Amino acid sequence: MITPEELHKLAQSEREAQQFATHTLNVCMAASCVSMQSDKLKEALDKEIAGRGLKDHCKVRGVGCMGLCMAGPLVSVDGGQSGRDADSTVEAASSRSSGTLYQHVTPGDAAEIVDHLGQAPIQRMECDAKQPFFAHQTKIVLENAGVIDSERIEEYIGAGGYEALSEALTAMSPSDVIRQVTVSGLRGRGGAGFPAGLKWSTVAKANPGAQKYVICNADEGDPGAFMDRSVLESDPHRVLEGMAIAGYAVGANKGYIYVRAEYPLAVSRLQKGIKQAERMGLLGNAILGTTFNFSIEIRLGAGAFVCGEETALIASVEGRRGQPRPRPPYPAEVGLWGGPTLINNVETFANIAPILRKGGEWFAKIGSPDSKGTKVFALAGRIKNAGVIEVPMGMTLREIIFDIGGGIPEGKKFKAVQTGGPSGGCIPEQFLDMPVDYESLTKAGSIMGSGGMIVMDETSCMVDVAKYFMDFCMAESCGKCIPCRVGTTQMHGLLEKITSGCATEDDLGLLEELCEMVRNTSLCGLGMTAPNPVMSTLRYFRDEYLAHIRGKCCPAGVCKIGKEHALV
Amino acid sequence: MKLTKPPLPSQDKRWKIVDAKMRRYGYASHALIEVLHTVQECFGFLDETSLKFTAASLNVPPSKVFGVATFYNFFNLKPPGEHTCVVCMGTACYIKGAPQILDAVEKTAGIKAGETTPDGKVSVLTARCFGSCGLAPALVFDGDVTPKGKPVVAAEKIKEWMK
Repeated sequence: MITPEELHKLAQSEREAQQFATHTLNVCMAASCVSMQSDKLKEALDKEIAGRGLKDHCKVRGVGCMGLCMAGPLVSVDGGQSGRDADSTVEAASSRSSGTLYQHVTPGDAAEIVDHLGQAPIQRMECDAKQPFFAHQTKIVLENAGVIDSERIEEYIGAGGYEALSEALTAMSPSDVIRQVTVSGLRGRGGAGFPAGLKWSTVAKANPGAQKYVICNADEGDPGAFMDRSVLESDPHRVLEGMAIAGYAVGANKGYIYVRAEYPLAVSRLQKGIKQAERMGLLGNAILGTTFNFSIEIRLGAGAFVCGEETALIASVEGRRGQPRPRPPYPAEVGLWGGPTLINNVETFANIAPILRKGGEWFAKIGSPDSKGTKVFALAGRIKNAGVIEVPMGMTLREIIFDIGGGIPEGKKFKAVQTGGPSGGCIPEQFLDMPVDYESLTKAGSIMGSGGMIVMDETSCMVDVAKYFMDFCMAESCGKCIPCRVGTTQMHGLLEKITSGCATEDDLGLLEELCEMVRNTSLCGLGMTAPNPVMSTLRYFRDEYLAHIRGKCCPAGVCKIGKEHALV
Repeated sequence: MKLTKPPLPSQDKRWKIVDAKMRRYGYASHALIEVLHTVQECFGFLDETSLKFTAASLNVPPSKVFGVATFYNFFNLKPPGEHTCVVCMGTACYIKGAPQILDAVEKTAGIKAGETTPDGKVSVLTARCFGSCGLAPALVFDGDVTPKGKPVVAAEKIKEWMK
């Protein structure tokens, strides 16, 4: 059983051990790079180092996601040290030296990399570590991603991990913790943006004496979103620590992580992380020698998008079909097995430890007036630098897509960016200078969502995109309420009709009417937001709909006009 | 009322793994999804025997077990082919050409997504999103994620499997 003093000592000795090595080679071991054979690359580097008898001076580490998935596998040589100064600012942390970064590295390059250690970088593979993609980011949630070995708890502790939990348990009362979270202005990162402090205090106050639960929603179901996967694979302990702090604050001693079965690497790192933390006494009974008990169990999702909705998620954790129920009562009062339950997203929990370490006021200074802190986005689609990024709230879409993302490849023209997955909308060019925060995105007809950003160029047909999302919602509707179950099918049929060139303008009116109806009468968030992709494309790209209807042509050349369509 | 545990369906050692999982949860009904995951991991799919065994062991009505097994996309009720090709249809993959890849794969294999060739050699599936969006369009051949897929390359792989 570790005590707070021992935790501190362990952190120090870990930092000293890091400085001992003359050269450090960090290989990205997140799912994206592993699928590009970074695991074999790491083996090759290990062999090369061992073969030359350099083992005492050179360290090869498997680290988490470095962000630029497009250029993987990535290797960073003599990059930033994992020890973060206790008082380092966000700016200092984001500009810390990143050494030499190599991109598209293959196992065959291992020998050459080792040859060049301590010499001029190999130009052929060098990736500019000072380019806007890296320089314009501000990292809080991802501060350890790509820096520490995510499978070693010692490295997380060396980077200041579990310090916040120790501080909370020994020097703060539960209400102090909630006060810091409230002061920080942190809002739920799952998409809706509900103030985290308010949710926490509701659960804390609910039904004293009842068994309470903490659930981490890691069922990242939005297609095109992979931020949570990246966080879980790169820094699982950060999420575990956040959950334990939440348990202490609300009075829960049991936590569940509901994670997608489609993310096997994230699941195995979480399992490993929980075991390590239990062994050290950072999870389980009498944490850090105090009277606080908190255990965490993993529950695997099974591929149902609706389980991202909190009441459906609870049903799924209880081993039932993931069907939502009407709210209120909200899970904060009546949740898992009837007990008050705090449900937050992965990224929300990942923000907790830094907030406690540096104070709520520090966090509140970052971001825009109503949306504090940073947001992790997954950039994908027709964009040069596809990958995971973290930026302060309030940055404009233009900066995100064109500076950090590098713009559109092949000289194509930007058409729209889709945010919020099937619940969100498509934002056209005229909003590029809009700051990205919860309110602005809602005003533009989309939502923040969990953070997927899919960029589309002129080769995408917006009606086809709307149909794609409607197909998704139709298939994922759980079938409990009629507006969603039948409405999405009808809307999909109408979109099918439009994309095959058989629709009339009356169909367009019917589609709009259905959008309103489904939005207003569905039981849960899935149905209520399902019309969003259609409504936003109708709002900004009505001419494309009309081209399909009146001109019987698809301007982007995607839809197969004239093909017999199934009758609605 | 004391419940008697049903005997393992056969001598197959995999049932012991399934039983160990259930024991870990004290045969509680809320472990249903976790247990079905284990069954699928062991046997590749869920058949009637395993569903009935799970129902009896966890004291859950078979109808409920079947309901859960069919509700979630992750569970297969049909045996998969010798090889499986999964085409990711996530948004990023979709706009970067996943439909063309699926088309090529379906034509080469002569089946639709969700089906297995009559000789049981190849199954074609689609997925919602692997989270490999940075490498779109993504495919999975027998569990290995293949980034930046192309219709011709995918079709070649299927042809190789069908030989």
